[in-house]
Formats: sequence, structure tokens, C-alpha cells
Amino acid sequence: MGLNSDLFFQYVVAGITYGTIYAVVAIGFNIIYNATGIINFAQGEFVMLGGMTAVTLSRFLPLPVAILGAVAVTTVIGAVVEILFIRWLRGPSVLRMIIITIGVSILVREVALHVWGESIRALPYFTGTSVTSIKMGNVYISPQVLWVVGISAVAVVALSAFFNYTMLGRQMRACAANRDAARLCGISAKNMVTLSFMLSAGIGALGGCIVSPITYVQYDSGTPLAIKGFTVAILGGLGNSAAAVGAGMILGILESFSIWVLPAAYKEVISISLLLLILFIRPSGIFGSAEASRLKEF
Amino acid sequence: MGKRLGAGVLVLLGLMWLSVGAEAGEPIRIGAILSVTGPASFLGAPEARTLEMVVEEQNKKGGVLGRKIELIVKDSGASPEKAFSFAKQLIEEDKVFAIIGPSTSGETMKIKSVAEVGKTILLSCAAAEVIVNPVAKYVFKTPQKDSDAAVKIFQQMKMMNISKIGALSSNTGFGQAGEAQIMKLAPEHGITVLANEVYDKAASDLTAEVTKVKAAGVEAILNWSIEPAQAIVIKNARQIGFKGPIFQSHGFGNIKYVEVAGEAAEGVLFPAGRLLVADGLPNTNPQKALLIKYKKDYESKYKEEASTFGGHAYDAFIILVKAIEKAGKADKEAVRATIEQLSGVVGTGGVFNFSATDHNGLNVDAFEMLTVRKGKFVPLAN
Repeated sequence: MGLNSDLFFQYVVAGITYGTIYAVVAIGFNIIYNATGIINFAQGEFVMLGGMTAVTLSRFLPLPVAILGAVAVTTVIGAVVEILFIRWLRGPSVLRMIIITIGVSILVREVALHVWGESIRALPYFTGTSVTSIKMGNVYISPQVLWVVGISAVAVVALSAFFNYTMLGRQMRACAANRDAARLCGISAKNMVTLSFMLSAGIGALGGCIVSPITYVQYDSGTPLAIKGFTVAILGGLGNSAAAVGAGMILGILESFSIWVLPAAYKEVISISLLLLILFIRPSGIFGSAEASRLKEF
Repeated sequence: MGKRLGAGVLVLLGLMWLSVGAEAGEPIRIGAILSVTGPASFLGAPEARTLEMVVEEQNKKGGVLGRKIELIVKDSGASPEKAFSFAKQLIEEDKVFAIIGPSTSGETMKIKSVAEVGKTILLSCAAAEVIVNPVAKYVFKTPQKDSDAAVKIFQQMKMMNISKIGALSSNTGFGQAGEAQIMKLAPEHGITVLANEVYDKAASDLTAEVTKVKAAGVEAILNWSIEPAQAIVIKNARQIGFKGPIFQSHGFGNIKYVEVAGEAAEGVLFPAGRLLVADGLPNTNPQKALLIKYKKDYESKYKEEASTFGGHAYDAFIILVKAIEKAGKADKEAVRATIEQLSGVVGTGGVFNFSATDHNGLNVDAFEMLTVRKGKFVPLAN
């Protein structure tokens, strides 16, 4: 099959759509990793909770308010999760944290099943309807994709400003770099960890809201998103949100073009192969530096 | 001496009570293995609710042959391994009379041999044709066959003068069984499949897949899956400007997918049992009264829309009850043989006519071609 320029750009658009969805999820992984050095495997569930709560709230609230409400609710849930399951642990091992967060993800999923049942839901498209698309030449793009790209970009900029220029953000980074030294400076490491869970739950929920018109949301839709988000977070280099966006685009576009050459069933092979490859060759990620990652304590 | 006599009398009385109990008082145990939770919960959950409802109703009427029915529901979470151990448990420990379910084809294929070895009637609620073809002595199924669904779709395409299509399916048991039927039956109906793509069941966006299919120059798209992806497909196809008709499998028969797909779902064509359009059926239709009753009972009890999937469990139950009544005794072998002789049994999925070689009892007429108009399912014929 020939690849004319229309088709080429249509695949690029598809790739950008995939990429931003993955990147939005990856950012949440990075926040907790930055503050604690652990991977929160319940991140996908925060995304799901955000989407589900927003759908429920949107029944009696205007859409923007419902989304803000969902972000607030999920942020509180993030804090509760941290306080109940993480805060009281004394110097837990990485393995223990992984098992705890996986346990939390299963728990959240089951609770969601009981609260919302098994049916799928979606927020309405922010602009237009499910069939609306912006036509550029012979290339079509859904306005929702632009919303996702725009909101993610704002979130990334806001986050990097927060971590680099505010006292709180710097305190969180200090805790990640050296918890003991941070505590000697009077920073409450425990509060910083709680805060990082709240922040990543909030960002996850926001992501869940903005992608839900595209991907839909169901009690168990968090896990597949988390797997892709995790891949992208590793690919970009853990802890770096801007890198996650770049890596998301790379993976999304690769996946999209893979469909042109390979049967679609191989799409998943691309992401997993890429993940393995990067773990073997550049464990610090495409955009990460090896020195910086060596300083992180595992 | 007197003591021993007394004990003997007691034992005798006990034995008599036991045998009487087995004849009249003891309930008939029916097991159900359903995916109440997990990825196929949209099948298993309504099936389990339906069974609870119909068993309660039957017991209120005095049960079957004067015996109450005891229902044991096991949640397999769509895992064939779990279904396997539950099947063994139900047959060997609970000594159930029959098993209704499982909800999915993969699970059913896994436990087919367990039912055969345990000589226990299995009434599957899963779609794939391989469940009853080749016929296994104790295994029956109530949903319409996927081959009939494909035939119904191809007949419709022919009527619309469509000959070049793109096929999409998910990498699940349902999707792959459907894909095999599409590839097998399309040439027989003079239809060429120009693009055939399989996607991951957890896919969050399928723009690239539909772009490829559209670029192949197809007149219509046929998608075969049961996941949310089937709602994503139609949306993405419309977003990239595909104007042709979109066909779906009978897995589309859940109004939730229409709700989330919104405007993109308008005009989607798919074959389904008549439950979804019960109110719009002509009064002469033999299924109409039963469908409306099931819908009303289910919806007033559970406050959610009835789906064709719950109907599969409903059909399994009424077939079993009819066969027990007709056989006149709750004897596994007699009831199994009686099911093979049942004909004209009106169910939610169609009118069942079983035989020794047909353990499904439905044909292509069990399907009605439906479409979506203003967010509602309507018969295409209207």
C-alpha cells in the first residue's frame, strides 16, 4: 500500500493521539517517583477514578466544575491511600512498595466495581461531538486530541515551574535526592510523600477526565493505561515530565506507523520491545542522563 | 433389646425421610459459572442477576415437579482456569444437576470435557459455534451462533450492494472466532475482505487501524469485538471521514456502547436477538410477549436496562425447566435426552428447536438486523 502525504499525516495524528494519552499517565508516575523514588502501580487507578468521578458529577454539575470536583476527590483519595498504606512504613524496600501499590490498585478497582458497576462510561466531547473532526487538507483531527495536547502541555509547564521555582516543589525534590539531608534541613519527608501522592492522583484524575471522551472509562480501564504510561515514563527517563511527553510522542507515532507496515495485532509488541530495549541499552531513558539516575537511591 | 429396636426404627424412619426428601422435598441444585466480575462482567453480571430472578420466580410458583430449585453461582472472572476448578467443584462436591454458563467461549471450551466426564448437563451462555460443533453429548448453548451472525451481516451487505469490506476484530476468543467466520464465509457470499486487522482488546484509540482500512478503499467496515473498543472504532472511523456503513457483530447489543459513542453510533448496523427491540416487534411475533415480560421484570427489579446477554441465561433456565417437566423426573440422563427433543421453545434468543445433532437449536432467523437511530436500537426493517 502506498503512503501518500495525506495518509502519512493521518498516521502522525493518530500517533499524537496515542502519545498524549500515554504521556498524561506517565506524568503521574514521575511525580511520585520524584518525591519517593518508587513507582506507584496504582497510578492507572487514579486515572480511572478521575474519569469515573467526573462522569458521575457531570450529571448534576457543568462539565468544568465536574472535572475540578473529580480532581479534588481523587486528590483526597491519593492522600488517604498514602496515609493508610505508605506513611507508617519505616524504610520499606522497593519490592515491598511495589507489592503494596499493586495491592492498592486491585483494591481500588474492586471498590470501583462495587460503586459504579461494570458498564463503560465517557464524558462528553469538550468541543463538538464524537464525530466532529477538524479537517486540514485531507487529514482529520478530533478537537478532543487538541484539548488533551493543550491541557497536558499546561500541566507539564505548571509542574516543572512548581518543582523548580516554589519552596514546596524544591522541598519535594530535596526529599527525593536525599531524604536524611532534607530532614536535617527541617523538611517533613512524610508530608512531602503524602503531597506527592495527592499531586499525582490529581494529575492522573485530570488525565482521566480529558482522555475519557476518547478512550472511555470502566472500573478496570486503569491498568492498560498504566502499563503504557509506565513504558513511556521509563522510555523518557523516570522523573522527567517533559521527557515523558517526548517519549509518549515517540511511542505513539511508532505504534501508529507500525500499523501501516505490520498487522495491527503487533502494535503492542512495539511498546514492549521498546521498553525492553531501553532497559537493556539506556536504563536511564532516552532523555535521562546516566549520572543523574545513578544518584537516585533505589 | 428394646433400645436396639428403637434405634432400628429410628434408622428406618430416617431412611424413609431421606428417600422421601430426595423425591419431593429436596431441592434441585443448579450450578452457574458466570463472569460476574472481570473483563466479561457485562455478560456475566446480567446473567447472574437474571438467574437469581428467574429461580426466585420459579420457586414462588412451587419449583419444578414440586421441588424447589437451589442456585449456586460461581464467579469465574472470565478465567478459564477458574471455570475449570468451579466446574469440578460443582459436579463432584456440590453434585449439581446441571450447570448454566460459562459466559465466555474460552471458558466453555475449557470445561466441556469436565461436563462430559461428569455426565452433567452444561448449558453454555457463550457464542462460539465450536461449543456445539462437533456436538458433545451433555453440552448445549443458548446464544445464537457466530456463523449465523456473519451470514446475517453478509446477506444485509448483499442487499446494499456492498462487495468490498474491511474487517477489524479484537484479540479475544470472541473476536478471533468471529474473524475466522468472516474470512470463511465472506467469499461464499461474494464479498472481498480488502483489509483484515486485529487489535488489542484494551486499545484506547484505533485511529491508525481505521486509517489503514479506509486507505484500502473499502465500501464498509465490519468490526467484531465485545470490548469498549467496538465503540472506539466507529468514533475513530467517523472522525477520519469514513462515510460508508459500519457493521458490528451481535456483541454490540448493549446500549451503553451507543451512549458512550454518541453521534458516531448513529446508523451502525448489527445483527441481534429481538430483546433489544421487543416493543417494536409486530404482535404476531411469537417471542414478543416473553421478551416484554423479561425486560419488564428485569428492569423493575434491577433498575438497569436488560441486555441480550442476560437473556441467554434466561433461555438456559427455561430450557432446563421445560426438559425436567417433560421428562417427569430430575434424572440427568432422561433430561439430557429430553432437551434433544425439545422444539418450539420460545426464548429471548429465538425459537429453539433442538435435535441430537443440533445442540443450539437456533438458526439465522433468530437474528434481526438492527440499527441505531437517535441513540436507540431499532429494527432495520422499520
